[in-house]
Amino acid sequence: MSKKLEHIVITTDVLIIGGGTAGCFAALTLSKNSNLNVVVAEKANVKRSGCLAAGVNAINAYIIEGRKPEDYVDYATKDAAGIVRHDLLLTAARKFNATTKVMEQLGLVILKDENGKYVARGNRNIKINGENFKPILTKAVEEAKRVTILNNLNITDLLVENNEAMGAIGFHISHEKVYEIRAQKVLVATGGAAGLYKPNNPGFSRHKMWYPPFNTGAGYAMGILAGAEMTSFEMRFIALRCKDTIAPTGTIAQGVGAKQVNSRGDVYEEKYGITTSERVYGTVKENQLGNGPCYLQTSKIEKEKDEELLKAYLNMAPSQTLKWIESGKNPSEQDVEIAGTEPYIVGGHTASGYWVNTKRETTIKGLYAAGDVAGGCPQKYVTGALAEGEIAALDIIDKFDATKSIQTNSSFVSKKMKEYEDILYNQSDFFTVEELEEAMQKVMDEYAGGISTHYQFNEKQLKLADEKIDQIRQMTKHVRANDMHELMFVYELKERLTVCKSVIAHLLHRKETRWHSFNENLDYPNTDEGYFKYINSILVNDELKIIVRDIIKEADYEHTN
Amino acid sequence: MSIRINQEACVGCLKCIKVCPGSLIKEKDKKAYIKYPKDCWGCVSCVKECKFDAIDFYLGADIGGNASTMNVTYEGDILHWKIKKSDGTVKTIDVFSKDSNKY
Ligand SMILES: Cc1cc2nc3c(=O)[nH]c(=O)nc-3n(C[C@H](O)[C@H](O)[C@H](O)COP(=O)(O)OP(=O)(O)OC[C@H]3O[C@@H](n4cnc5c(N)ncnc54)[C@H](O)[C@@H]3O)c2cc1C
Ligand code: SF4
Ligand code: SF4
Repeated sequence: MSKKLEHIVITTDVLIIGGGTAGCFAALTLSKNSNLNVVVAEKANVKRSGCLAAGVNAINAYIIEGRKPEDYVDYATKDAAGIVRHDLLLTAARKFNATTKVMEQLGLVILKDENGKYVARGNRNIKINGENFKPILTKAVEEAKRVTILNNLNITDLLVENNEAMGAIGFHISHEKVYEIRAQKVLVATGGAAGLYKPNNPGFSRHKMWYPPFNTGAGYAMGILAGAEMTSFEMRFIALRCKDTIAPTGTIAQGVGAKQVNSRGDVYEEKYGITTSERVYGTVKENQLGNGPCYLQTSKIEKEKDEELLKAYLNMAPSQTLKWIESGKNPSEQDVEIAGTEPYIVGGHTASGYWVNTKRETTIKGLYAAGDVAGGCPQKYVTGALAEGEIAALDIIDKFDATKSIQTNSSFVSKKMKEYEDILYNQSDFFTVEELEEAMQKVMDEYAGGISTHYQFNEKQLKLADEKIDQIRQMTKHVRANDMHELMFVYELKERLTVCKSVIAHLLHRKETRWHSFNENLDYPNTDEGYFKYINSILVNDELKIIVRDIIKEADYEHTN
Repeated sequence: MSIRINQEACVGCLKCIKVCPGSLIKEKDKKAYIKYPKDCWGCVSCVKECKFDAIDFYLGADIGGNASTMNVTYEGDILHWKIKKSDGTVKTIDVFSKDSNKY
């Protein structure tokens, strides 16, 4: 028995997949600067969906007084040991401040000194109240002309004809409806991928992770399957976070200057270096040496700072405030234990994602990528997501051709619909999504450098991981969805498995250790200048083909092949 | 890490259902309930949305929770955060939403 789903066709000029930070800002930009009709397809509800749900603690990427966008590019380049795109970093950095201004005009609160100037936190941050960042942004999108928001619409696949984007297809998560959205230009803004590896808290609190567990790598997966070129999936991101709550640490590290210490009270950060990956690596090493647990030494801060710290965390990670209060000790009365998270794939922090030209168009014509799903531009954070949304939107306006018609492939659409229907009320329900997800996370953890192996791996292990992920992919035939929400769970699992395959292929091809922890290959423990290159990949006839590209120096990069 | 919805206090306005970034809260008999408690991210969006004090947030025992709960109510631009500790004591923290973080 299979279930018949209703087929709804929507035609628009521009489709934005994912109504998060980048997607919303792109919609606003399109509305302000053109007459194009825009549809935003969001799997949850735009009000609090994506990374910004709980709030953010600072604008992490800002050009503070006395600094230039080029300084930011230098910093991000060094932090990633050179594997970045200068053109992307520079074009984003040039927009950090202007996009911040737009957010301030919409109502974002930014800390100012007595002269009305923004207060810097370190060399690149400014302080804000980021609790309502997302509701402020989405209110503007809801009011924007010619923008239609479709909430609870989970997109699974791109519609691509002759390497040109024609729209996308997905389903409603509570109604039995399939949406085929036809559009001349498509922007993917679905964020990065969490939940590939066994998480810090694998039991009841399995979703108490840093990156949103609802960003499952859908945008990567649909691009990979449609034949888009991807870059740097081997540059995994592992965050150093408050243990258990997995809350961000910047507010205590940069904000109140707490040092990273081991259980003996020794400050160890300088010993291993201070790049993002070295900070994680140092903590792993100290634990291995028997010097754990490691902490951020908040016990050295003045008591007067406690109340403001509790409030700052309420504005972005309330679980940490709850933890302090539950324990009966304020930040100044105990150090905060820190831990590395499971690896994520996230283009806003490291460089994994779509290979784009300077205008953020992918290798599929008419398909753009912005925010955490777009590669080559690490440390772009929230302002970078806004900036990329704007850059992509402006190019879409520029390239839009009103005379062109859209041709979707009806056989692909019917095939997809049948695929959805077959999963709903599948005869075979041998496994559950939960079981296969656990299996996938275990494989990635044990054989592809997860927490339990101190983020390290060798080639043999990676090859085993690849085999085992293939096997789990086969097993997805045996899961059934009993309703539309469960159908989303099935696709989330499939997306993650697709992304796992790419992560493994990339880790296998960078035969060096360029970033400790992020890509720690025990067969090749040193950096090899021969690998001062981008590792890219593209799916051809179901096989991932690796493309090694030279580091790009030009200010303006266009796809040639 | 998860939330609890007090069925007595819930008036069925469905706002929490709409806002959850994982769509984890569903409706049954005109009341909201958390259908997928283990999938909760702990973002507290639902708690902020509920004007009827019906949703409490807590830390799972696996991440050190000891049965305290937290919720928040609004009064204009002020957020009153209330933490009920398991020993019965209550701590409140008021956050003015027009104030920036200091750190
Ligand atoms: C906890 C946390 C704290 C952070 N703190 C800071 C900070 O203090 N300062 C800073 O500058 N940066 C911070 N960042 C980084 C910054 O928030 C992100 O880089 C940025 O918001 C990413 O924007 P995005 O649009 O790419 O992704 P998101 O904003 O996550 O948007 C992705 C959207 O796509 C939707 N989606 C996913 N899959 C599908 C699908 N299949 N169909 C339809 N829709 C889909 C999601 O629901 C979501 O709404 C933080 C990130 C996190 C996770
Ligand atoms: S927001 Fe509160 S009152 Fe409204 S449905 Fe949810 S729990 Fe019930
Ligand atoms: S805390 Fe966040 S993730 Fe958990 S149920 Fe509420 S809205 Fe959903």
